[in-house]
Amino acid sequence: MKVEEKLYNNRYMVDEGRPHIAITAKGEPSAALKSLVKVCPAGCYAEEEDGSVAVTPDGCLECGTCRIICAGTGELQWDYPRGGYGILFKFG
Amino acid sequence: MEKFDAIVVGAGPSGNSAAYVMAKAGLKVLQVERGETSGSKNVQGAILYATSLEKIIPEFREEAPLERHIVEQRLWMLDDRSHCGTHYRSDKFNEERPNRYTIVRAQFDKWFNSKVREAGALVVCETTVTELARDDSGRVVGIKTDRDDQVVYADVVVLADGVNSLVGQRSGIRSEIKPEHAALAVKEMHFLPREVIDQRFNIKENEGVVIEALGTVTMGLMGTAFLYTNGESLSVGIGCLVSDFRDSGVSPYVMLDKFKKHPSIAPLLEGSEVKEYAAHLIPEGGYKAIPKLHGDGWLIVGDSGQFVNSMHREGSNLAMETGRMAAETVVALKAEGKKLTEANLARYRKTLEDSFVMKDLKKYKNLPEILHENRQFVTTYPNLLSKAAETWFRVDGMPKLDKEKDIFRTFRSGRRLRGLIGDAVKIARAWR
Repeated sequence: MKVEEKLYNNRYMVDEGRPHIAITAKGEPSAALKSLVKVCPAGCYAEEEDGSVAVTPDGCLECGTCRIICAGTGELQWDYPRGGYGILFKFG
Repeated sequence: MEKFDAIVVGAGPSGNSAAYVMAKAGLKVLQVERGETSGSKNVQGAILYATSLEKIIPEFREEAPLERHIVEQRLWMLDDRSHCGTHYRSDKFNEERPNRYTIVRAQFDKWFNSKVREAGALVVCETTVTELARDDSGRVVGIKTDRDDQVVYADVVVLADGVNSLVGQRSGIRSEIKPEHAALAVKEMHFLPREVIDQRFNIKENEGVVIEALGTVTMGLMGTAFLYTNGESLSVGIGCLVSDFRDSGVSPYVMLDKFKKHPSIAPLLEGSEVKEYAAHLIPEGGYKAIPKLHGDGWLIVGDSGQFVNSMHREGSNLAMETGRMAAETVVALKAEGKKLTEANLARYRKTLEDSFVMKDLKKYKNLPEILHENRQFVTTYPNLLSKAAETWFRVDGMPKLDKEKDIFRTFRSGRRLRGLIGDAVKIARAWR
């Protein structure tokens, strides 16, 4: 089963045009950043054709895994979404 | 300028407990929550331990949204095709005031927060606290939010901002949580008719069953899986150390699907409708990872303070206990006319040390490192136990003495005698 199918059941209030996670580093991604392609539980990270890593946090579950994995590399800018936006758990 | 006696950052179990106790005592309390409601950002298995909530709201059973009270606990070791383990079921758990309940956090937290409002606290949702405000001396005097640039002032700020504790970190009062000290858990909610759940788990009325499992299902990573019965749904999840996920490159949802397909689990889920998929971090660093818990004008409670006993699957109860103790400290100091300084707030730390919260965490202080360095507990042993059980139970004409020898040989080849003894010693030391 694809992770997109899992996310499909969730409720979100997406803050259009204001992603709460951004990759700030240029150049070769660290091993930590690359690991997120597999490890992010919402599949928000993808490896591009040029070997860089891109993030699309629309389906983010706000767990913080990427944040703590990349805390030492400084490649991520990570904030919670603005109040009221992001994942809205129905059950939690 | 409006000033509060206390501001509570976050509306999970620790924040709700702290806000409730202070508001109930007559303090002027502001609680700020980034979710749409209390609970909309919160994730847990979830099991509620009644005693900790009873100390705060004794009559909670009459109104709180509870799913089932737990009458049976199953602890399973899994290899790819089997499970073995222990079950404990007792009719004694069918008591007037049951000890453990399954809950659905989004609903439970919403209820708990309604009690906070009833007690007189001002609760502001859909607002993210961005940082703590300090005066020239460095004392915390309030908060800033994403609503505007204004500082909201209070005599004390109780940080109940959860495992990531962005506010605590960005304000320099807490260090970053390490990937080795956090577990990532993913979970799905599977809906089934109530009577189907009753039949599958051999239960009736509001009786509930919980399964905790470890073994090859975590693919060599340190972690556990679970399945809990709610009223009309099953909570199914799996969690492992973040550092293990990072180093192995295993996707958590692949692991969850593996657990769901396990021959011991799949029949329990058959025909269910999945309505939500969630992920959350659990602080599992234990006693040694606990940050500084108080300072001039601030206190830390709950997950933000690393209050989780991973061995006993306790966290939300520790959140409630620490929230209550922090609140009671503030209430008492206020009543005595004392300032909320670091020296005076040290009473919170003392209260924690005297309680089961710190005593239990201290007891298992070495456990995280021991588990970290000994993967055989989730890899080799489940396989060995399964092999032994299969050899023992299969009736095939092999003499029993030979079966015993075969089992012993399997264990010795799996771990060698020194390994087996060493493992026993490690477990004993972790337990002490």
